[in-house]
Amino acid sequence: MALDQIVDGLSEVSCDVLVIGGGTAGPMAALKAKLKNPKANVVLLEKANVKRSGAISMGMDGLNNAVIPGYATPEQYTKEITIANDGIVDQKAVYKYAQNCYKIIEELDSFGIRFLKNENGDYAVKKVHHIGTYVLPMPNGETVKKALYRQLRRARILISNRYMATRLLKSSDGRIAGAISVNTRTAEVLVIRAKAVILCMGAAGRLGLPTSGYMFGTYENAANSGDGYAMAYHAGAALANLECYQINPLIKDYNGPACAYVAGPFGAFTANNEGSRFIECDYWSGQMMLEFYNELLSGKGPVFLQLKHLHPDTISEIESTLHKVERPTRGLFQQGRGVDYRNDSIEMHISEIGFCSGHSASGVFVDDNARTTVPGLYAAGDMASVPHNYMLGAFTNGSVAGIDAMEFADSHDFAEFDAHDVAKERDRVLAPTKREDGIPPNQVEYKTRRLVNDYLQPPKVTRKYELGMRRLAEAREDMQERMIARNAHELLRALEVQSIMDCADMAVHASLYREESRWGLYHWRTDFPEKDNENWFCHTLLSKQNGKMTSEKRAVEPYVVPIADDEKDLYDKQRIRASA
Amino acid sequence: MPLASYQTSVPVVVDDAKCIADKGCTVCVDVCPLDVLRISDMTNKAYMAYDECWYCMPCEADCPTGAVTVNIPYLLR
Repeated sequence: MALDQIVDGLSEVSCDVLVIGGGTAGPMAALKAKLKNPKANVVLLEKANVKRSGAISMGMDGLNNAVIPGYATPEQYTKEITIANDGIVDQKAVYKYAQNCYKIIEELDSFGIRFLKNENGDYAVKKVHHIGTYVLPMPNGETVKKALYRQLRRARILISNRYMATRLLKSSDGRIAGAISVNTRTAEVLVIRAKAVILCMGAAGRLGLPTSGYMFGTYENAANSGDGYAMAYHAGAALANLECYQINPLIKDYNGPACAYVAGPFGAFTANNEGSRFIECDYWSGQMMLEFYNELLSGKGPVFLQLKHLHPDTISEIESTLHKVERPTRGLFQQGRGVDYRNDSIEMHISEIGFCSGHSASGVFVDDNARTTVPGLYAAGDMASVPHNYMLGAFTNGSVAGIDAMEFADSHDFAEFDAHDVAKERDRVLAPTKREDGIPPNQVEYKTRRLVNDYLQPPKVTRKYELGMRRLAEAREDMQERMIARNAHELLRALEVQSIMDCADMAVHASLYREESRWGLYHWRTDFPEKDNENWFCHTLLSKQNGKMTSEKRAVEPYVVPIADDEKDLYDKQRIRASA
Repeated sequence: MPLASYQTSVPVVVDDAKCIADKGCTVCVDVCPLDVLRISDMTNKAYMAYDECWYCMPCEADCPTGAVTVNIPYLLR
């Protein structure tokens, strides 16, 4: 039978720990859960194929936040991220990451993923951040997914590819009971009962529309449509600081990293059209993005990554990394544009918005054990709230989640869910396939994401947000009443649109709630242009309460690593001052 | 409202002479994160069925015969 043809089917399986998402955090979570209790069943569910899924599909060019003895300390890193994230950090989780990540690096090394070493055999760490030194290049970073996959097979993790999870199941007392998923090629429904569930479903990277107009030309892997955020929300879990958007400085049109983290340590820098530096530090923070934005609007734009002043050998070295790992089509793109790094600078721009704690801080709220606010439900990686955690954070926190989730599963029995919830969800999932006539998912998605750009892209204006909310509500009605899917593949897209719509609504709600400006461009509210530490030095938690989207404040946990008053605003001083 | 289909130039190109999908290979279809490649019922070769490409490269990198080429989608070229 042909792929994509819709098949009527419903089956049920069970496991001890269910990991949803096979990108970066997911495989590590599954592996650690299984190693913790080899007799237990661990299922790794993936919308695409674990071999090549997630943000690191084609590998990664380096670790951006490696805390390596001799170069940096956990205290220093915790301090840096606290300042970079404007103080709104529960340091315990960041500190724990900083303490554990070196062990994970050694483990990845033992998987065959090699990191750059100097002539003495020490890790050759580079400086990109404002204060400390944490960037470790990966000369064979294209092997990451393959190395992980080998480990998964060896540990006998049960992998289910091409199943998209749509909703979580809970018991009447609020404990996690499993998840409902749908096969992306047949539309058959699979219910997975589980004692603990770990969400590792990546960023909400398909929220704004790229300026190229190509819907899948996103910074994040376009499969990362925010499904985890939507699922956590509907399960009643709290989501933290969603107003702290992800906005990145990228190669214009290509929409991938330029990449200053790779080229910066060799002497490349971000320049304006006069060829001058205007930011102190290329590390991606909201404060840096605000200066980037200001420069673009000042008449001194466009902004470029400049490396033509470097030695040709150095450029070749940078090129071989940029064109081999992470986004290898960068080379093809530059070639098409006639850009040679030896003569030309790389034109950059500001990306569309998304949610991603990998780079900013917008994620499902988790504590230092990767636990969400729903018992038995965990989250790790780009979708969990540990800020600025990048790939190594996904591995490290995925590991934390896997171990803790297996402990939870070992001490709990299956929770009972209501069969009616499954029936209801099945109806919701399949609704677009039951209509004879309607609007295809690509049109609903384009319109939703265009509205996100028009009304939600910072600077955030209250009146615009209110209008945006109304327009999105109209698009939602079309989505719920009229969207049509003619085959299983279109159904996959139709389900993704629903995640995107939920994320757009959450972005509006969270942004209107925090009545101050913080995190530079990420949450710049023109009606509340100042940072207001007196009223808003807190997390905001968004959740579904009695069926309604609700936001509340949550105090920042007392710092583990104190920050001196004169250090607090180091990241606010991004602009290079003219000096005598 | 009735639906119309519209033309789009797809970024992933498969060389039928090199493609061994007719021998049972499905590597490119398997690895694609966006699941946009299919095997044609008519030619039994792989092709891009949906223009929803992240120009990420697994299809090209993992193809055992070098039959797949990823181009930059026209809109952002």
